[in-house]
Amino acid sequence: MMRAFSDTLWRRPRLTIALLLAPPLIWLGVVYLGALAALLAQSFFSIDHFTGQVNRDLTLATYAELLRASNLDIILRTVTMAALVTLASAVIAFPIAWYAARHARGRWKALFYLGVMMPLWSSYLVKVYSWKLILAREGILTWGAEKLHLAWALNGWLALPVVGGNSLSVSATGTFVVFVYVWLPYMILPVQAALERVPPSMLEASGDLGAKPFQTLRHVLLPLAMPGVVAGSIFTFSLTLGDYIIPGIIGSSRRFIGQAVYEQQGVAGNTPLAAAFAMVPILIMAAYLWAAKKQGAFNAL
Amino acid sequence: MPSDRAPLSLKIAAGAGLLFLHLPILLIFVYAFTTEDKSYQWPPPGLTLKWFAVTWNRPDVWAALRLSLQVAAISTAVALVLGTLCAAAVSRAHFFGRETVSLLVILPIALPGVVTGIALRSVFHIAEIPFSFWTIVLGHATFCVVVVYNNAVARFRRTSGSLIEASMDLGADSFQTLRHVLLPNIATALLAGGMLAFALSFDEVIVTTFTAGQQQTLPIWMLEELVRPRQRPVTNVVAMVVVLVTLLPILGAYYLTRGTDAVAGQGK
Repeated sequence: MMRAFSDTLWRRPRLTIALLLAPPLIWLGVVYLGALAALLAQSFFSIDHFTGQVNRDLTLATYAELLRASNLDIILRTVTMAALVTLASAVIAFPIAWYAARHARGRWKALFYLGVMMPLWSSYLVKVYSWKLILAREGILTWGAEKLHLAWALNGWLALPVVGGNSLSVSATGTFVVFVYVWLPYMILPVQAALERVPPSMLEASGDLGAKPFQTLRHVLLPLAMPGVVAGSIFTFSLTLGDYIIPGIIGSSRRFIGQAVYEQQGVAGNTPLAAAFAMVPILIMAAYLWAAKKQGAFNAL
Repeated sequence: MPSDRAPLSLKIAAGAGLLFLHLPILLIFVYAFTTEDKSYQWPPPGLTLKWFAVTWNRPDVWAALRLSLQVAAISTAVALVLGTLCAAAVSRAHFFGRETVSLLVILPIALPGVVTGIALRSVFHIAEIPFSFWTIVLGHATFCVVVVYNNAVARFRRTSGSLIEASMDLGADSFQTLRHVLLPNIATALLAGGMLAFALSFDEVIVTTFTAGQQQTLPIWMLEELVRPRQRPVTNVVAMVVVLVTLLPILGAYYLTRGTDAVAGQGK
């Protein structure tokens, strides 16, 4: 009986694949895609502002609400933050990835790898918490600035209108630094993977043909590293777009998309608007993933 | 070869980057011993061990820890089954919709956590499922699948198909081949994937806030303390312990997949 079943599996690979795929597809398809569909449906409902009840007639009114100046502000602020965080992560990640891919050997290579993996997998909340300690007014950063006689620079920065605040832990600068810190490893790994695929002979050829090291970097290395950067940016961009905890704990009172989603569905009880807000990062990421696929970024994942 | 020597500027930039990644975590270790309990004062005015005892006697911390461990264990088990099945199918053959399957597996972590969270919550709401232990597990297992999948699919690709054919030629049936050839080959990859899935679930907070109701996992407990601090030194100690506890599965996963091209944990 088992034997016959086993033979069937071998003779009919398609059946085997169908059997293998059924449980995960049922789980992900029903639970996850079902949930996303429910979310999409909710975004076309609207809320009756007098009764607070959800009205289940399909309408675009909730999406129109997104275009109100205050909501548009939230979306713009989040996208700008995500773009800046992605850019900064790429700049900081590149030397680490380059050193790990090209120069680190043996023991050092392992050390670099663990050096990126450990912060990546350390608790997200602990990482955020550690920055609350660092950026606090009485914390180590203020102390360091005073010791180095740089307190004037810190205070000057805090006095600036948009990026400043009472202390770094309640400023947009603080939010930015923490985002970069928390998502940086997600950028390093794919960039390193892309750089490891660059054959050394290609760089030597560039040098032999008369390129200065900087020219080689600019015209040979960076273009070849781009798929890795794009792959990494999928994470940094998406994670920043949807995060509501970091700006809530470290940052000013200006809100981000994730916070808007959380508040609308929780305190405000306006699930349709929360759903519509949640569609914004989905649409942005869909466009982003589509563009990334064209760039061949998935091979670097 | 002269081109293999790193320029000094590269060394400095890479080293500074790594320091940036590690110093904040090390700082937590110092704060766990501080005598200051009202602010985040640096340098600490004194060092003490008493907060470890205080934390040890807090039942709410223990309850949160227990719930987190249970959720992580069951989510990991579900993810191991689903992720391995998926990886086996995808690595075996080219079939119609193969790309779609890999995309579907990656989707729960490619989309922002807040989306996954609110999507699950609206389903629970529509289907009138009350929040419970199992709603948390449902959410966690969904995004843990990808970690197991990534580790398993890399190993399956390197497990040569001729190995399976040889086993069959020697008279083993599919199940014997699975038991004696395939499983020993992928075991360490599965163990590594499972450890990372466990670490991921143990740490998850964004989706959990939407699926947990009144229950507190350890990250939810920490989030509460961050938003409304009650006893800062206890938070410091818990933070330090969490760092140490999550280090173990990561190091374990690293040693299990070392020397292979399976990049453990890639694309958390």
